[in-house]
Amino acid sequence: MADKAVPVPTPETQPFWDGCAADELRLQRCTDCGKPYFYPRPVCPDCGSRNVEWFTASGRATLYSYVINHRPAPGFADDGPYAIAVVQLEEGPRMMTSLSGLPATPEALVLDMPLEVTFEPRGDVSLPLFKPSGSAATEANR
Amino acid sequence: MSSETGVIIAGAAETDQIGRLPGQSTLELHIEGALNAVADAGLTLRDIDGIATVAAPGPVQVAHALGIMPDWIDGTGVGGTSFLLHVRHAVAAIRAGYAKTILITHGESGRSRVGAVPFRAAPTSPPGQFEAPYGTFGPTTTFTIPALRYMKDYGLTHEQLAYVAVAQRQWAAKNPRAAFRDPITVDDVLASRMVAYPFHLLECCLVTDGGGALVVTSADRAGGFPKPPVHILGTGERSETPMISQMADFTESQAFRLAGQTAFAEAGISTGDVDHLMIYDAFAHVPIYGLEALGFVKKGEAGAFIADGNTEPGGRLPLNTNGGGLSYTHTGMYGMFAIQEGVRQIRGEAAAQIGDPQISVVLGNGGMFATAGVLVLGRQPR
Ligand SMILES: [Zn+2]
Repeated sequence: MADKAVPVPTPETQPFWDGCAADELRLQRCTDCGKPYFYPRPVCPDCGSRNVEWFTASGRATLYSYVINHRPAPGFADDGPYAIAVVQLEEGPRMMTSLSGLPATPEALVLDMPLEVTFEPRGDVSLPLFKPSGSAATEANR
Repeated sequence: MSSETGVIIAGAAETDQIGRLPGQSTLELHIEGALNAVADAGLTLRDIDGIATVAAPGPVQVAHALGIMPDWIDGTGVGGTSFLLHVRHAVAAIRAGYAKTILITHGESGRSRVGAVPFRAAPTSPPGQFEAPYGTFGPTTTFTIPALRYMKDYGLTHEQLAYVAVAQRQWAAKNPRAAFRDPITVDDVLASRMVAYPFHLLECCLVTDGGGALVVTSADRAGGFPKPPVHILGTGERSETPMISQMADFTESQAFRLAGQTAFAEAGISTGDVDHLMIYDAFAHVPIYGLEALGFVKKGEAGAFIADGNTEPGGRLPLNTNGGGLSYTHTGMYGMFAIQEGVRQIRGEAAAQIGDPQISVVLGNGGMFATAGVLVLGRQPR
C-alpha cells in the first residue's frame, strides 16, 4: 500500500515549506499592489509584478467548503471517511487542507466556522492543517 | 476562405459500442471512432488534412495509425472539454486556409484502462504540493468540493441535487445505448452509497470505455454530404484554474460564463433561441453551475428549475438528452459525447429526439472547473 502523498518543494515553494517547518504559515504578497496570494509563485497574479515578498500569515481561517471522502486515496485507508477542506485565510487567499480535531461529519463541520493553523509531519516536510479555534475548539472538545 | 466562411460538422460518430470494452485499447477506440466519423461524412481518410486530439495517445499517434500526414495538428489537451476546443480551433484553421477537412478524435479506455496512461500529480507540481497531500484522489474528491458552499449560499437542497440524476435518467430511459436506463427516484439517489459527501454514487458519473470522432469542414466544400450539415455558429473557450482550491468563487464557474458569452455573441443568439442544451455532467452539480453560467436562469435558481421538470422529457429546455455522463456514458473526457448528442439532435437522429431543434448549445468542462468550451450548433447557417 502506497503512503500518503508527500509534497516535494521546488525552489519557488521552499520558503513556504521552511515556514511550515518553523510552525509558521507563510504567504506571499505583492509590494507593488499589496495583494497577498497563495499558492507560492514568484509573480503577482493581480498585476504581474515580480516584486513580491514573503510574510507570516495570522494562521486564522474559516471553513469555506469541503467533502467527506469515502474512497480513500493511497495511504488514507486507515483514516475512515475523511474531510478534504478548503479554508478561507484571514488574509484573503484560500488553500486546501485537512481538518484536525474534528470528526468528519456534516454535523461537526459547519461552513464558516473559525479555524487556526496547526502543523503535522509528513515525510520530509511539515504539513499545514487547520483545527477549530477559540469558542469552536471548546465546542468540539465538549 | 475568410472569416465569413461557414464551417460545418459533416461527420460525427461514436465507437460501435460504449461501456465496458476490455478488448479495445485507447488507441483502437480512437481509430474506430475516426473511421466511423469519416464514413458518416461520406469521405475517406485521404480527404483528411488536419487532425486534432488529446494526448494520450496524441495527434501524431492517431494520424500515423490512420496513415495520415496532416499539415495541421492540434494536440490541445485540457481535460474533457478539449474536443470542443478542437472544434473551435478547426473552425479558425479552415477559415485561415490551413486545412480543409479536419478529423477530431476521442478514445478512452476509462474503465478497462487498456493502453491508458496512469494519472498522479507529480509531487513537485502545484497540485502535488498543495492538494494531493490532503488525500485528493481524482474528480470525486476535487470536482465536488465547491458544492457545499453553493448549497449554503443559495439554499440548494440535497433533494434538488439528487433530482439532477433523476431527470437525466428519464432521458437515458429513452436511449438504448445508455448504460443505465431504469427509472430512479430522489430516494434512490439519496440511498445510494456515499462517495464524497454530499455526493452519492448516483450523483457521480459513470466510468466507461468508448470513443467518437468528428469531421469538420467548410460548408461550401464541393460534393455535399450524406447527412444534413450541422453549422458551427459560435464557439468559446476559457481556462480558469489548475486547482479546484483556487477557483475564484465556489458558487460559479467563470470559465463556463465567459466561454458561453463568447460563443453566444459570435452566433448572435440569446438563451431564448436555444432549443436543446448539453452541459457536461461529471457530477450532479455541474449542470446547475452550467445553467446559471450560461444565463438560462438566475444564480441560485437552477436546482429548482431542474426539480420543477424544465429540463426533463416534456420540459421547455431539454438538457442532456442522451442521459449524460450520469446515465449514458463517461469515459473520463466526456466532451466528445456531448457534442455527438448535439449533432444528432440537430440532424434529427437522436434516440430521444426532441422534435425539430434549430439551435443546440454544448457546454464542455475540462478538469475540475479548470477549463470550458462552448459550441453553438445550428440547423441553418448564420
Ligand atoms: Zn501586484
